[in-house]
Amino acid sequence: MPDTLDAPITLADGTDDAPAYPIKRRCPYHMPPGYEELRDKSPISRVTLWNGRVAWLVTGNEVGRRLFPDQRLSSDVLDPRFPLLAPRIEAQRQQAAAPPLVGVDDPVHARQRRMVLPSFGIRQVNALRPVIQRYADELLDKMLAKDPGTTVDLLTEYALPMPSAVICTLLGVPYEDHHYFDERSRHVLSSSGPEQAAQAQQAFTEILTYLDNLISRKQDEPGDTLLDELISRQLEEGKVDRHELAMLATVLLVSGHETTSNMIALSTMALLAHPEQLQALRADESLMPRAVDELMRYASIGDMLMRVAKEDIEIEGHLIKAGDGVILSTMLMNRDPESFERPDELDIHRQAGRHVGFGYGIHQCIGQNLARAEMEIALATLLRRVPTLRLAVPADQIGVNAPFVLQGVTELPVTW
Amino acid sequence: MHISIDSNRCIGSAQCAVTVPAVFEQDEDGLSTVIAGREDGAGQPLVREAARACPVQAITLTETDRT
Repeated sequence: MPDTLDAPITLADGTDDAPAYPIKRRCPYHMPPGYEELRDKSPISRVTLWNGRVAWLVTGNEVGRRLFPDQRLSSDVLDPRFPLLAPRIEAQRQQAAAPPLVGVDDPVHARQRRMVLPSFGIRQVNALRPVIQRYADELLDKMLAKDPGTTVDLLTEYALPMPSAVICTLLGVPYEDHHYFDERSRHVLSSSGPEQAAQAQQAFTEILTYLDNLISRKQDEPGDTLLDELISRQLEEGKVDRHELAMLATVLLVSGHETTSNMIALSTMALLAHPEQLQALRADESLMPRAVDELMRYASIGDMLMRVAKEDIEIEGHLIKAGDGVILSTMLMNRDPESFERPDELDIHRQAGRHVGFGYGIHQCIGQNLARAEMEIALATLLRRVPTLRLAVPADQIGVNAPFVLQGVTELPVTW
Repeated sequence: MHISIDSNRCIGSAQCAVTVPAVFEQDEDGLSTVIAGREDGAGQPLVREAARACPVQAITLTETDRT
């Protein structure tokens, strides 16, 4: 008899069998307390969510790589059975339409992905590298104009504005408006304050409205960016309606901000804690591409990827029934000792190619090649130009994001 | 060995083109293709790894008889 998630459907506060989940990290790039136990259990176990609902948790790399592409697992966030990690996300779901790309299944997902895919290709990303380099240098020029010994927040001075400028350039959003998005994107993806649900919702709506207005402006005065192309090749040909296009642009804009910025901040922090590896990277920048993948594996900032089963799935002696919630933990998959030797150690020389830090299956990050280029350039430039970079406060005093949002730090005070 | 890519399945993650740029490339739509004349893998050792890395398993490797 396969193991199932049958009654009790919900539990009050989690049990030994299904511990409360998600769990807040103490250090922004280490596994949170309780993860070792979850990792030791089996590649699939069960956890209890905030609302008492029990869901499957996938922790094994091989099993996860089998389940990610499984079409019986759905990303449809409008399905009432879709598992949610926090009340604020429940509130966000009240939106009339599912977020494009991330919250829909094929064929809708495939159509949306193919609309924007050409802009994220390797050649297109390589063509952007000089632009990325220029933004990185300009931001550091500004930072380094301050006196040595000054404390600055690397997150708001560098890690966030750099990817922000890049995604604005790619999409065709005027850069002078970037402060507007930097703040709001943060609210959408990482806000963990007291009025978080309303704040996240409002920020999303404001970005959406801005982009809708921008589409009108661009219809009058076309340019040559991704958004212009989507208008001329998709909207005006009737292949996409206006609301869907504005939503799509919003998802790309928000996703292009927070993700990369959190990785730049966490990578900097992790490398400062591993001075010998930081030194190796300084001495040989050709190590950077591999280091970036290893940092993606190590930090696993998008830890929890949720799905709902649309049909029964039998796997590893468990029966995931239609309607069950499934959470794939990229951090546990990325620290599976069956797939990675010494999984809890950062090793920039490691071949970390099997990590799922960008996800896996049809929803694997569409911006991953852009993100890699941004991380490579941001880290290499920072290390090269600020040889005495150090944290301005002890690492354990740096605030960590709430467990149910993208992982990162609330600020990163550094000095040089 | 013969390499083929199911372009209906491809999501353009470019994992293959990043892993073995001598064999795989992206077309104008951002989808992966095998470079013409390299369908036999061109002796590249990482072709199998590229097939494995594909997040949607769009790459099929067929063994052919050695002659």
